Amino acid sequence: MTDQAYNFAYLDEQTKRMIRRAILKGIAVPGYQVPFASREMPMPYGWGTGGVQVTAACLVPEDCLKVIDQGADDTTNAVSIRKFFQRTAGVAVTEATADASVIQTRHRIPELPLREGQILVYQVPIPEPLRFLEPRETETRKMHSLEEYGLMHVKLYEDIARHGQIATSYAYPVKVEGRYVMDPSPIPKFDNPKLSGSAALQLFGAGREQRIYAVPPYTSVVSLDFEDHPFVAGKAPHDCDLCGATDSYLDEVIVDDAGGRMFVCSDTDFCRGRKDAGHIGRLGVQTDGGA
Amino acid sequence: MTPDALTGGFADAPIQSARAFRAAMEALSRPGKIETVAGAQPPAPLSVAAGVLLLTLADGTTPVHLAGAHDSPSVRDWITFHCGAPLVAAADAVFAVGTWGAMQPITRFAIGTPDYPDRAATLIIEMPDLTTQGPRLTGPGICDVAGLSLPETAAFRANHALFPLGIDCFLTCGDKVAGLPRSTLVEDI
Repeated sequence: MTDQAYNFAYLDEQTKRMIRRAILKGIAVPGYQVPFASREMPMPYGWGTGGVQVTAACLVPEDCLKVIDQGADDTTNAVSIRKFFQRTAGVAVTEATADASVIQTRHRIPELPLREGQILVYQVPIPEPLRFLEPRETETRKMHSLEEYGLMHVKLYEDIARHGQIATSYAYPVKVEGRYVMDPSPIPKFDNPKLSGSAALQLFGAGREQRIYAVPPYTSVVSLDFEDHPFVAGKAPHDCDLCGATDSYLDEVIVDDAGGRMFVCSDTDFCRGRKDAGHIGRLGVQTDGGA
Repeated sequence: MTPDALTGGFADAPIQSARAFRAAMEALSRPGKIETVAGAQPPAPLSVAAGVLLLTLADGTTPVHLAGAHDSPSVRDWITFHCGAPLVAAADAVFAVGTWGAMQPITRFAIGTPDYPDRAATLIIEMPDLTTQGPRLTGPGICDVAGLSLPETAAFRANHALFPLGIDCFLTCGDKVAGLPRSTLVEDI
C-alpha cells in the first residue's frame, strides 16, 4: 500500500466531520468534555491517539506541524507522530515553535509565548479531573452539571494538611471561565499560567477516554487554590546547565553513579535557540565553534 | 429531483472540507472575526458559506432543519444528495439554516442538557450583510472587545444567560462566515 492510498490526514471524512463537530462544541463550552467516537489509530492508547485525531481533523495542507513530547522534539513519540502526518497529510514540519501553525504536545506548553493563528493540541490520558476522587462517570457528570467541585478543594486541602502545601505538581486542576473545572493534561503546574489568556487556540484530545475539550484564545483559566495557600507555579531551583536560562522548566538528568546531576531545559527548541544566541550555562559549550 | 441538486459540491472533499473547517473553527473560536470560505455552489437561497458549512459538518447522523424560504425543493434535494442529512422539524435539529426572521422563535431549538450541554443545535443564520460594525461582543476568544452586525441583541443575551446551555450560531453572507458561540456576551453599543 502506498502513502497515497490513505485519505488526507489518515482519517476518513465521516470520522473527521464527527471530530470537527465535537471540537466546535468544545470551543462553544470552554472546559466541558465533549464525548466523541474515538477511532483506533495505528498506535497504542497512551501514545497520543486523542491528540492525533484532533490534529488530523484540524490540519490543512498549508500547515507547518511541530510535535513535542515533554518539551522535546526528538523523542520517540514526537518523531513518530511527526512522521505519521508527513506521510499521511504531506504537511511541512518544524522544530521551531515560532514557525509552527499546529503544535501537538504531550505534557508541556512551549516556553515561547504562542501567537494568534497557532493551535496547540494536547494529548490527554485522563480528561476527567474528578476521576481519581469519584470513579463513577454518572457521578462526575452530575458534579460538573451542578458545578459541585467541593471534592476537588477537599483534595487540595488534604494535601496541605498532610504535606503543609499543595503537593500536586502536575495535572494541576484549573477552572475555565469561572465554570468548568478542567484537567490541563499532565503538564507541570509551572505551565498552568500559560493556559490563561493565550493568543492561541488550545484543543485537548483523549483517545482512550473518548473526550475532546477546548480553551479558546483569551480565555480565563484559573488554577484552584486557597486564599492562605495561593497557587505557586514551581520549578527546580536551578538554571539550565546548557543555556543558562533562569526562567524555563527544567529536566533533572543523572549523569554518573556518584550522584552527579545536571538540569536542562525541557523545551529543546527554546534551549537550542538560547545557545545559538550565545548563552552558555554551567556545563554548556559554545555551539557556533567560537569557544 | 431538481437538476442542479447533483452539482455544486466539493470537487476535492478532504482538502476543501479541511480548509473550510479551519475557517469555521477560527470564526467560532474568535467571535467577531469574519472568515472567507469557498468550494460549494449551492442552489439559492442557500449562500456559498452556508453550503460550505453544511458540506463540512452535516452528514447522515446530523438532522438539519430548513427554515422559511430555505425549505425549498432544490435546497432539500441538494442537502439530501451531498450531505445525506435527514430534514427535520426545528426541535430535532442539530443544524438549522435560514434567515434570522425565519428562525424565530429560536427557543424552538435544542439547547443541550445540564449533563450534556454539547447536545445543542448549531444555527446557520443567513444575513443580508456581515460586518464587524454592531453590538459589542466580549467573552472567550475575544482579546478586548469585538463587534459584529447581529440582527438583534436580546435573543443572544438570553441565550448567553443559559450558559453552559444554549445554541451556537454561524452567521453567513455570500462566502463570508462569522461565529457566535453561546459563551459570548452581546451588548448594545
